[in-house]
Amino acid sequence: MALLEINSLAKQFGGIKALDGVDFQIDEGEIVSVIGPNGAGKTSFFNVISGMFKPDAGTIIFDGEEIGGWPPNAITRKGIARTFQNVRLFGNMTVLENIMVAQHCRTERGMFSAVFRTKAFKQEEQEIEQRAKKVLEFFGSRLVGYRFDQPALALSYANRRRLEIARAMATQPRLLLLDEPVAGMNPRETGELTGLIGRLRDDLGFTVVVIEHDMRVVRDVSDRVVVLDHGVKIAEGPYEEVSTNEDVIEAYLGRPAEAGS
Amino acid sequence: MTNGILDVRKVIRAGLLAGLVMSFTSAIGMVEDFDRRMIIDGLFSLGFLALLWYVPIAGYKVGDEKVLEGMEIPPKSRKHVLAGVLVGLIGGVVLLALILITNAMDLRDVFIRLSPNLVALLTFSDNPADPNFGVGAIFLIGMPGLLGAVGGALHLVSPRLRRQIVVAPTAIIVSALVKDVIGQIMRTFGLDTVVRQLYRNGAVRLVPAIIGAAIAFYLAGRERRETSRIREFLTHPDPKVRTRNSLIVGAGSIVVVVAAPWVLGSLLSEILATTGIFLLMALGLNIVVGFAGLLDLGYVAFFAVGAYTSAVLTSPLSPFFSPEWPWWYTLPVVVVVGVFAGIMVGTPVIRLRGDYLAIVTLGFGEIVRITFLSDAASPWFGGAGGIRQIPGIPLGFDTISGSDPEYIFYFALALVLLAAWVSYALLNSRVGRAWTAMREDESVAEMMGIDTVRSKLSAFIVGAVLAALGGALFSAKLGSIFPTSFELLISIVILVVVIVGGLGSIVGVVVGALVLIGVLGGPRQPGLLQEFGEYKLLIYGVILVYMMLKRPEGLVPRVRRQRELHEDELTQDDWFEKKGELSELEGGA
Repeated sequence: MALLEINSLAKQFGGIKALDGVDFQIDEGEIVSVIGPNGAGKTSFFNVISGMFKPDAGTIIFDGEEIGGWPPNAITRKGIARTFQNVRLFGNMTVLENIMVAQHCRTERGMFSAVFRTKAFKQEEQEIEQRAKKVLEFFGSRLVGYRFDQPALALSYANRRRLEIARAMATQPRLLLLDEPVAGMNPRETGELTGLIGRLRDDLGFTVVVIEHDMRVVRDVSDRVVVLDHGVKIAEGPYEEVSTNEDVIEAYLGRPAEAGS
Repeated sequence: MTNGILDVRKVIRAGLLAGLVMSFTSAIGMVEDFDRRMIIDGLFSLGFLALLWYVPIAGYKVGDEKVLEGMEIPPKSRKHVLAGVLVGLIGGVVLLALILITNAMDLRDVFIRLSPNLVALLTFSDNPADPNFGVGAIFLIGMPGLLGAVGGALHLVSPRLRRQIVVAPTAIIVSALVKDVIGQIMRTFGLDTVVRQLYRNGAVRLVPAIIGAAIAFYLAGRERRETSRIREFLTHPDPKVRTRNSLIVGAGSIVVVVAAPWVLGSLLSEILATTGIFLLMALGLNIVVGFAGLLDLGYVAFFAVGAYTSAVLTSPLSPFFSPEWPWWYTLPVVVVVGVFAGIMVGTPVIRLRGDYLAIVTLGFGEIVRITFLSDAASPWFGGAGGIRQIPGIPLGFDTISGSDPEYIFYFALALVLLAAWVSYALLNSRVGRAWTAMREDESVAEMMGIDTVRSKLSAFIVGAVLAALGGALFSAKLGSIFPTSFELLISIVILVVVIVGGLGSIVGVVVGALVLIGVLGGPRQPGLLQEFGEYKLLIYGVILVYMMLKRPEGLVPRVRRQRELHEDELTQDDWFEKKGELSELEGGA
């Protein structure tokens, strides 16, 4: 059974159909890229899955349960985490705190144990911190050591992107939704992150959906590519197949004038 | 004053501003009202301080130039003094014009305080019918001119001398204003005669003033050995010594705080107790506004609920239900009712954000007050008559009420310590992190698995419980409560305390409460400077505006918030420099 199965998902904003009957599925352990020209509905697709918007129609079945219309925090708890196209970190919290706060739904100590500083509370705090450090170690030396205590807004752009992925990882999801993870990075950083996306699955066992514009990244990481245009899925398949698909080329480049009818 | 040429426009603007400040304090009656309160006996009154305080500042600031890094420091010259004199003279002319107009026409229909009495005061005439304009003109123009010159001249002297010149008169003014504290402490130690030597009617006598100013002048000139020694004492490199030193300081502060009400006497204990109750509420509101970012303008509602709960359960005159419990028994009930009130107010407003939340909570605050006031509820809560004969707090040997402010102070202190601990413990926990994240970006927080409804409600509940406990103590202290004790102004004043102290900063809120409530007083409660009485709210407003412009992060900011407000100034490199880790730049991206 697929980890995430979406059937004829639709979302409309006023007169614009952001998503118009999209079917999608992903199995455990897959990496799938979602591509498409600007305004194709890729980010809306993520927003609906992660619960930011409620779907107008269609079903979203994750791990055997219908999650369409659930509040975002419940969906995160169920095991879907995401990053944002325009990095949205908690800028004034430190690097470590950003990761610690993301473990909120996996921990439980409430106000009483915090006020009385119970043994269980102290132990949980320690575990949260250890786990946070472990997540950050995934990115090598980029986000560790003295950077633990830096506010997120003092980080470089690439490090902010990395921290956002780390924050999503810290919610201990099964499915990671990465929205343009290499946007704005230089070629070296892009290459490095491409490798990391592969490791997210190979080493850590996450299932990953990536929205990406950089076709080299798409080619290198994905098992399968889904192409959206005007809220409709126009193609799906391995990269080589999709990249030569007429409809896809047309969606990106437009129809040549002489071919028009 | 660029390139050594007087910037005429700048001077005129500063002069008019100085004139405006002087005219304003005169027109609202501050000068006249404060004239009876002398600062230096027979020489200088608080009224003239209110009139003239801004002139030297204006005289100094007109010559002030921003020197950015890499710029050459412009040469200081006598032009600075000239500019200061001109500012003072222009200001003086404005004030004199106001006085002449006041004398010629009757402006009392609009400005009731622009009266012949004011004219007489400022022209040094004993008879309001016969103002002495000759002397008046010399004084009203000459004095600001002189003070402006002093302000301007500060540019020419060394920073050390400048500090000395500023500190000496300030020290005398402050020691006159806090005469009650100094006098009371000395009296406690049996130094009544010394007090009489130093003060007369609250004013410093001339000779002690001169000696005091000289001492302050000398102390300010030293290289601040005391403060640096204290800092070294607390940040000793050896952790063992450091722990021991902190323990010594901690134990010392406990002794000081415990002894405070007995050294300070009952009047000042009363002020401390009031400050404590307001501080308790400020700490509670700080959790709601500072930590969780929920602007609650109806916070007084929880205070009222706590006070009424305690009053109903203890007072024999409670109209409907009067179990006449001892105060202690009501505490658990107050906490439960506080939780309930937090949920009641919190649940409907929780989905609102920012301004909308503020408006709705404002409404709730008023609803609670009006409910207690209403005829419909008067069979239960006594309507406008309130609930009287609240017995106070029974202790083994006595019953503590408002007439024992020393003991009320201890109760307030205990509750404040509790609130401070709760704030600290929650902030550094899973719940506190969720609040911070929610304050930063609510939708992302929700997306990261935080149940924002639950988080917001928990902030509301903690805040409500702390305010309700404050209310319980308040009712025991006052002995009778009325709906009018819980006006909107209390919510506002507490919010001002939190903002001026520093949103989200526990130490900041304590400092804010001591400065605003302790020194100026609560909306209806006296503070240390009782002279300011009816001008209290004006001063609150001035402080708030000044803080918003110059130091929006508050007196003692929370590190996070300071970053937030100065985000653009904080580049990554700055940060490295601060941490002294420039060498690790290599590892960055």
